[in-house]
Amino acid sequence: MQFFYDMADNPFLGMGLLAGILASLACGVMGPIVIARRIVFLSGAIAHMAVGGIGAAIFLAGVYPQTWGWVQPLHGAVVSALFAAVLIGVVHNRVAERIDTLVGALWAVGMATGILLIKYTPGYQTELMGYLFGNIVFVTREEVVMMLVVNALIVVTMLTFYKRILAICLDQQQAQLQGVNVVWTNIVLLSLVALTVICLIQVVGLILVIALLTLPAATAAHHVSRMAPMMIASTVLCVVLTTVPRVAVYGTQISPESAIVLAAGSVYLLSVVYRRVLAR
Amino acid sequence: MSTVDPIVKLTDVTFGYPSIGLTAPVLEDVSLEVVPDDFLGIVGPNGGGKTTLLKIILGLLVPQRGTVKVFGTSACRVCSRIGYVPQHAEIDSSVPANVLDVVLMGRLGRSLWGPRYGRKHVEVAMEALERTGTQDLARRPIGTLSGGQRQRVLIARALAGDAGLLLLDEPTSGVDAHMEHGLIDLLRELNASLPIVMISHDISFVSSCLKRVACLNRTLTIHAADEVSDATVAEMYHGHVRAVQHDDSCAHSGADRPKGGKGSA
Repeated sequence: MQFFYDMADNPFLGMGLLAGILASLACGVMGPIVIARRIVFLSGAIAHMAVGGIGAAIFLAGVYPQTWGWVQPLHGAVVSALFAAVLIGVVHNRVAERIDTLVGALWAVGMATGILLIKYTPGYQTELMGYLFGNIVFVTREEVVMMLVVNALIVVTMLTFYKRILAICLDQQQAQLQGVNVVWTNIVLLSLVALTVICLIQVVGLILVIALLTLPAATAAHHVSRMAPMMIASTVLCVVLTTVPRVAVYGTQISPESAIVLAAGSVYLLSVVYRRVLAR
Repeated sequence: MSTVDPIVKLTDVTFGYPSIGLTAPVLEDVSLEVVPDDFLGIVGPNGGGKTTLLKIILGLLVPQRGTVKVFGTSACRVCSRIGYVPQHAEIDSSVPANVLDVVLMGRLGRSLWGPRYGRKHVEVAMEALERTGTQDLARRPIGTLSGGQRQRVLIARALAGDAGLLLLDEPTSGVDAHMEHGLIDLLRELNASLPIVMISHDISFVSSCLKRVACLNRTLTIHAADEVSDATVAEMYHGHVRAVQHDDSCAHSGADRPKGGKGSA
């Protein structure tokens, strides 16, 4: 309860809560697609590519403050994640069987680039830790605005392309026969995943992104059997998971990001057990 | 046969996959006509080019040589009018969708935009489910169906697109014997108004109810169904097959097939 008393004095608490809710919509809608398309590993690669972008942005702003001073780490993250999404989308179409190799390479190279660039940036850089492990306590207004934009993009895309997206999840070949441009739809989808990953990085950090992208959707999949209800269920679950644990551990030593992920994992586990018991 | 325009007309089609190219073509100088009331079976060994041939008719693959005409035009412009039932592995049954969602995919080409299908499309999809006797499954998750139910649902999806041609790839694989007979009866019913081209490795199934049989092993030879003998089959498989004499009483009429139409020697 202390959390809500303090919220009046500390606007960052409310901002963090808002960020959690906004990220929940993005990941609640995209999570079921990530699971259905089996692109969890791909999303991980996109997240780690974002580190490369974050590193590049910090490096540019630190070394060339006159020309690149305006660049925020977030900008770098968005650019590199979108680049990774488009690259994977194009290569997936050309040589589907090699996609594992590319994803692994992007994963490692993105991370290494980021770490290297930050190391060579003058001054003491603490920001990277925030991106790796999340920083829900300190979310800026700009970041909240970006999340709003991402959510709007996701909602608009779903309202216009939902049938095509469901179709390529179910049966890519049939979608193509029905006149869907599979390559472009895939690229759009991966770009939305990239933007969702960026939103989630704010909330739980990129190492834990995969947890929020998959666990609520996988939990919802235990209880509903169609895509659209699954999106709604996992959005609701995400909202609960990003707010309740965070408020619960407020004022303790436990980091809110870890609490969120552990809660997501526990709920998933409970759901698995519940299903097993029901099946008997 | 020359008086009617063919639904499908392949002329001297030669195709090789890009990695190998034309040094080892999968199909060589294949010519084929499918007429409006056809029920054509394609048999042949694995790797003989059966699925490749269907994908060429669908416009998913483009041959290096030869011409492909479907409904008198190029295949890719009319592919949403071709009902295609792929091999059962090609649809991902772990995706959260029910049977109606899957059948509605057959309407996607006519309703690409927006989040949901209109009432008219749902009606057409339900009619297609009724034609295949699966209307009771409409709300079932696609992952919970048996092999036979799944094939019927995929046929319904093909019908939902107002198909003028039905292409089936191994419709009886993963389907138990009892369901298989029902499936054959369904196809024969549909054939009354729809030309059907069907791949099968199950030679007994093929010769028991088709009008024509195409033997495909890189090159293509067409036989009337009743002239497919052990000798033709042995020739195609290079003699490594021991076939059973089949009952082919339904080959032409399509009616009054004796019960258990396959394999009575």
